[in-house]
Amino acid sequence: MKNVIEKYIRKEMFPHIWCPGCGNGIVLGALIRAIDSLGWEKDEVAMVSGIGCSSRITGYVDFNTMNTTHGRALPFATGIKMSNPKLKVIAVMGDGDCAAIGGNHFIHAARRNIDITAVIINNMIYGMTGGQYSPMTPTGKFGSTAPYGNIDQNFDLSALAASAGASYVARSSIYNPNQGTRFIKKALSKKGFSVVEIISDCPISYGRMNKLRTPVKMMEWIKSISVPKKTWEKLSVEEKKDKIPMGEFLDICIPEYTDKYKEVCAIAQEGGGNE
Amino acid sequence: MSDEKQIVKILQGNEACVEGALLAGIRFFAGYPITPASEIAEGMARRLPKIDGKFMQMEDEIASMAAVIGASLTGLKAMTASSGPGICLKQENIGFAAIGEIPCVIVNAQRGGPSTGLPTKPSQGDVMQARWGTHGDHPMIALAPSDVNEILEITVKAVNFSEKYRTPVMLLLDEVIAHMREKVNIPSREQLEIIDRKKTNVKKDEFLPFKADEDMVPPMADFGSGYRYHVTGLVHNEKGYPTSDAEEIDKFLRRLSNKVELNKKDIVIKEEYSLDDAKIAIVAYGSVARAAQRTVKLAREKGIKVGLLKLITLWPFDDDLINQLASQVDLIVVPEMNLGQMVREVQRAAQGKSRVISYTRIDGDLINPIEILEKIEEEMSQ
Repeated sequence: MKNVIEKYIRKEMFPHIWCPGCGNGIVLGALIRAIDSLGWEKDEVAMVSGIGCSSRITGYVDFNTMNTTHGRALPFATGIKMSNPKLKVIAVMGDGDCAAIGGNHFIHAARRNIDITAVIINNMIYGMTGGQYSPMTPTGKFGSTAPYGNIDQNFDLSALAASAGASYVARSSIYNPNQGTRFIKKALSKKGFSVVEIISDCPISYGRMNKLRTPVKMMEWIKSISVPKKTWEKLSVEEKKDKIPMGEFLDICIPEYTDKYKEVCAIAQEGGGNE
Repeated sequence: MSDEKQIVKILQGNEACVEGALLAGIRFFAGYPITPASEIAEGMARRLPKIDGKFMQMEDEIASMAAVIGASLTGLKAMTASSGPGICLKQENIGFAAIGEIPCVIVNAQRGGPSTGLPTKPSQGDVMQARWGTHGDHPMIALAPSDVNEILEITVKAVNFSEKYRTPVMLLLDEVIAHMREKVNIPSREQLEIIDRKKTNVKKDEFLPFKADEDMVPPMADFGSGYRYHVTGLVHNEKGYPTSDAEEIDKFLRRLSNKVELNKKDIVIKEEYSLDDAKIAIVAYGSVARAAQRTVKLAREKGIKVGLLKLITLWPFDDDLINQLASQVDLIVVPEMNLGQMVREVQRAAQGKSRVISYTRIDGDLINPIEILEKIEEEMSQ
């Protein structure tokens, strides 16, 4: 297993910036194992991220990598995929990155169904800046900018992606990295916009303010809120509160954007269209 | 240029921009609808698919700028176009293009501001925004053509400079020249000098993506070409990895700005009219320069020795050029469709060697030749 990871890591970038107990490394491991199991060449992978602790992943892996601006990983990735559809394009984002400042890009990347895999590391907090509440912080939990409890509603990113037009949507957690690896592998193999949301921890920022100060306590908490999709569906509205469904929510085959654009070129070159 | 190969057409300024961009090799365009720049996106949407180029209408201006940068990294020449409100949104990623040294062209068909301002009226209010719109010290090249034919020519130069210096280049049009129709000579590709970015040819394991050559520009590699590297908006070392080493930071940021500032000789494009014996000079750019050209003629008919320095390259600003001019003339008049933006640069560069005065209009109407002349006569009578 050691060699699998090392094959893809830029060791010269280490030590990494992540705190002890951070889930980002677990997700990175799952991501690498999924890519390795597909036998892809490193040269054909482009990995793009935004801003935040999780977005530092791109610096640590030996692909064509890009650490862009806050929330914008997907439009950068879109430009890459559109220009060179042969590249396998992966966008790694945090929850603040993807759901707040990048929310619109997320919706529209899904709507286009462009062949990009989005991996969202959802630790329900802005970790890098010190624990401000994010759109994924559950209502009533605490953040450095929600010292009296968060009054915002958090929302379901996976449900959003599915309704916006994605081809594949799944959710797992760092408590279950083998499942995460499996979902990421399926997402990478999917032609179209695919999303894997991984529930992660932040003992330093989220845990510190929510009585989950140690990585173990955070892991136990993640385990306690995770419910398999099928079980979740049978729960009452009251029981669903404070629980997160895990599993695959969508797996469909619909026309992909760069393929459709090839048709546009063909029509244009045959003199078609409204000219 | 030989005349026989040239096609002559009546084109709108925005259409001429599309022609120039495609001739220069633009093969990716991402945009978002906005007046008065939308015809550029419309032209690209029609033309690019015919030549296997890529056109995308993105969800917003920020995404358009991001997509352009991503496309450029794969090796395509890439462009976006907008106007003031949209350019504000693009600034975040223009900074990324600057620090990541990713060639791209941003067209700004200027309209009156601030905010929604005057969507259908011309302005030159974004001249300083073009230079300093994104935060931090960064290089910027901005070019301002003054008629439709020149839009085509200067668009080619904008693409060339972005490729040559690996930097974002802003093409500053205004609503009038963007929408005006004029006769345009469309050259063939062979008649033009087209510059492509320098590509690296070192061994793959020896590639340092941000190690510059003597010209201060690092050779580039396309994503997917086998040179794997990291591009980041963080200040980085020659390997492309984030750095907090003071020496590396200083070296990198100075090189970034200097690759444009110290190559002014190549980048500065200007035209001079009747300056040889002039005692009064007009310094103008964009559509105002065209009015000023007429002012020179009218003044000379009255026996007033007026000349014109027309700036096409606004950034980097050529201090020496203005300083020399100031030593020659008694008065410099800077007419602008803003409250006096470039006049500050002219005053600074003139170092008191001549009087420098501003003439401004911000009512959405063009500056006409007679009002510039009247301003000159008013100054002469004082």
